[in-house]
Amino acid sequence: MELTTPTLVTAAYLVTAILFILAFANLNKHETAKHGNYFGIAGITVAIVSTIGLAISRDGWQVLAFIVAAMLVGAVIGIWRARTVEMTGMPELIALLHSFVGLAAMLVAYNSFLEAENVPEVKALYEALGTTAIHNGEVFLGVFIGAVTLTGSIVAFLKLSARMKSAPLVLPARHWMNLAAVLVSLGLMVWFVVEPNILPLAIMTVIALLFGWHLVASIGGGDMPVVISMLNSYSGWAAAATGFLLNNNLLIVAGALVGSSGAYLSYIMCVGMNRSFISVIAGGFGTDGQIAGEAKDYGEHREVSAEEAALMLAEASSVIITPGYGMAVAQAQYPVAELTRRLRENGTEVRFGIHPVAGRLPGHMNVLLAEAKVPYDIVLEMDEINDDFPSTDVVLVIGANDTVNPAAIDEPGSPIEGMPVLHVWEAADVIVFKRSMATGYAGVQNPLFFKQNTQMLFGDAKVRVEDIIAALPVKVSA
Amino acid sequence: MRIGVPRESKPGERRVAATPKTVERILKLGYEISVEAGAGAAASFPDEHYLAAGADVVGEEVWDADIVLKINPPSAAEVQRLRAGQLIACLLAPALDPDLLAALADRRVTALAMDAVPRISRAQSLDVLSSMANLGGYRAVVEAAHEFGSVFTGQVTAAGKVPPAKVLVIGAGVAGLAAIGTANSLGAIVRAFDARPEVAEQVESMGAEFLRIDVEDTGPSADGYLRGTTADFDAKAAALYAEQARDVDIVITTALIPGRPAPRLLTEQMVASMRPGSVVVDMAAGNGGNVAGSVADEKVVTDNGVTILGYTDLPGRLPTQASQLFGTNLVNLLTLITPEKDGRPVLDLDDVVVRGMTVVQRGELLWPPPPVQVSAAPAAAVPARVEPKPVTVKDPRRKFVYVGAGAAAFLALAPFMPQTFLPQITVFALAIVIGYYVIGNVHHALHTPLMSETNAISGVIVVGALLQLGTGNSVITALAVIAVLIASINVFGGFMVTYRMLNMFRKA
Repeated sequence: MELTTPTLVTAAYLVTAILFILAFANLNKHETAKHGNYFGIAGITVAIVSTIGLAISRDGWQVLAFIVAAMLVGAVIGIWRARTVEMTGMPELIALLHSFVGLAAMLVAYNSFLEAENVPEVKALYEALGTTAIHNGEVFLGVFIGAVTLTGSIVAFLKLSARMKSAPLVLPARHWMNLAAVLVSLGLMVWFVVEPNILPLAIMTVIALLFGWHLVASIGGGDMPVVISMLNSYSGWAAAATGFLLNNNLLIVAGALVGSSGAYLSYIMCVGMNRSFISVIAGGFGTDGQIAGEAKDYGEHREVSAEEAALMLAEASSVIITPGYGMAVAQAQYPVAELTRRLRENGTEVRFGIHPVAGRLPGHMNVLLAEAKVPYDIVLEMDEINDDFPSTDVVLVIGANDTVNPAAIDEPGSPIEGMPVLHVWEAADVIVFKRSMATGYAGVQNPLFFKQNTQMLFGDAKVRVEDIIAALPVKVSA
Repeated sequence: MRIGVPRESKPGERRVAATPKTVERILKLGYEISVEAGAGAAASFPDEHYLAAGADVVGEEVWDADIVLKINPPSAAEVQRLRAGQLIACLLAPALDPDLLAALADRRVTALAMDAVPRISRAQSLDVLSSMANLGGYRAVVEAAHEFGSVFTGQVTAAGKVPPAKVLVIGAGVAGLAAIGTANSLGAIVRAFDARPEVAEQVESMGAEFLRIDVEDTGPSADGYLRGTTADFDAKAAALYAEQARDVDIVITTALIPGRPAPRLLTEQMVASMRPGSVVVDMAAGNGGNVAGSVADEKVVTDNGVTILGYTDLPGRLPTQASQLFGTNLVNLLTLITPEKDGRPVLDLDDVVVRGMTVVQRGELLWPPPPVQVSAAPAAAVPARVEPKPVTVKDPRRKFVYVGAGAAAFLALAPFMPQTFLPQITVFALAIVIGYYVIGNVHHALHTPLMSETNAISGVIVVGALLQLGTGNSVITALAVIAVLIASINVFGGFMVTYRMLNMFRKA
């Protein structure tokens, strides 16, 4: 048994690493995104096949039985979940997959430790190299990151699938508890490196599992886009840590790619909310009891019926739809797509404006709309469409609230001040689909609802959009 | 409580204060409702429709209801039918008709004047002056087009060229803007004038040319209506009207300030200077008229063939729509004063809207209300522009300092790192840099597929587990099998779901 991989396998890993980089590079635009996925599949195939070859040549054919059995079961479960998942359920699936990476990293790290302790040849090898201490430090880190990713992702999954309350969990002195968890783990690491045994590793595992749980439990549901990206990043770092402890460059490269990808997405999300990464991770808005914004009298809102809305849409020449998480909750993307199709057939210019943090996952709205067959070239980003609102006849705000709140711009002191928002109120008419007059995630009243050009359409977004479609005047051929 | 909607007694009135649609909404507020037989007939709302909507159709006893909703002020006979404690909401013209207010006070009723709604945004939904003026402006153009002997829109036909009609609208309030929009959509060339220069933008947004005169800015008025004008202004405006009168085919005047006689805008000479066949619609004829020679409710043709229409019932000439809008204004009023939706009105006199409309309360005269200072002019509310936070311009040299410090720190630490560690760190650091630049280019719309792709690629951790299967130690093998299994879920599930998502994205 040796620590370094044979040359052929090392070469295969390099090929895989390059293929992974190509995979991400091709994902950058719609036209080549599918190629990116193929590069990724090719990369992992090269890696797995060469590794299986190495395992067989080293450990004999008997390992093949384990490999085939385990991979077959994993493949069946994975493909089954991937084929059946609803697009509205993507955030949950992704959170769950993050937790798997965390668990796998934890198991591999534990195994590496057990190998070094219990398999004499491996132990001798580390001692000959003089890297036992380094290796143990890497094991410790790998288990820690893996455990935090595991429970953090499970909590995110539970919150997203509404099996757990999405409100932030506020424990007294929670920041101190987090700090204590990290410091105690550091102490245990010193103990473990000096005197390698399973006890400090096991204690730290429990602490890290609780730490991951608490970290995400104390973040509210509306910050989920950041949390998911952050966990994505952690799962990458977990893979990279595994690469360090196994001396495997492929894992280091793949982990670093995924880790930096998640970190970058978290950064974009935080910019989208004008909040610092630290403040999101340390717990969401209003969790320190500052449920902000004094009750302010904005006057009264006006209601509109689905029939009147249909008439406004029929007469409009340009329409922008700004969806939010509410559209996903109501499963309204299909009627919205149908409405879009009908309006476009009528010669109306219909476009979508997507706020960076709309939904519970970066790019969530785009996937939902794509699922409902809305062409992607009419789905635009906030920065691409924000200047076009003044020349727009009707804006439909479907299940969005804080992302279209003018208070972010013109009310200093508002909790969402400075957050970039879609300037929907600059359009001639705004129709807001909403269940009730309740405030959005940030707990801030939205003056948009009281503007003179805003009309509210209450009820379930899906039903209401269907009502509008039913009420659209049938086009009479001229 | 029961609401009664009597038939309008004013001759020629075709509107009704409730329609089957508004009846439904009133019932939802917890009220019962009676409609006098035939009340909606002239507005094309037959009694059966009211019955179907849930109202009772009754006779004269409609006046016994707890609340009476009407369009026009009650006649002397109708006032006698009111009883103490009743609530009545209708047009009352409180500033012009103190006798009626006194009579209502005598009957010890509570009266809400629908034409005394304060001009604030919040109250717009109950402002019948706006909703009726909107219809009136539309109808004014339609009446003018009916009298006008030519078409509005310009055309080039085989039989020759038809010039477009020129329309001048004076007064760009709700009625004026509606008239501008209507005339514009009929194809006419529309010009408009208003003494409040701040409405120019609205006028232009409706498709008309805003005429300007050169005087000092009088500033927007506090109550949304024009205040007194200066002599200089009047002279220049008169010159403008005289010049325009010779040029245009249609003039529509809408200058009306509630509670005051209408200002005289067009003199006899100006009307005389107009071309034969021209039409003038004086929407202020009921209050004295903007135009010399106009007679309320009459059509007058001058000696030189100019038709002057002084109809005061323009909204009423669209009885179906007018009833619907008036009825909706009344429903909005009921919604405001029935906060519990339990069929019991509560008059909160601390609310400026309710206070403004309540002219008589249980026999006590409450007119006039204290003034409400809210400007209707958007220009007046100069937005308190937030000073942009000073952007701290980062010194570009800082970048170099950071990079230098990082490199120095790394070089200082490197000698203490074990031999095997350095190449790993090298790979790691370079991969992060590549990852940052590659991911930074990914389109926003593809962030979800990106995440599922990274999920799949993280599954490459499976290669670590694969090599731990053959140690012969059963605990290690068991853990490795589990690790291979779950990592495989990631690999297969991640790529599969990415594939599914990417297939969904399609171009128009």
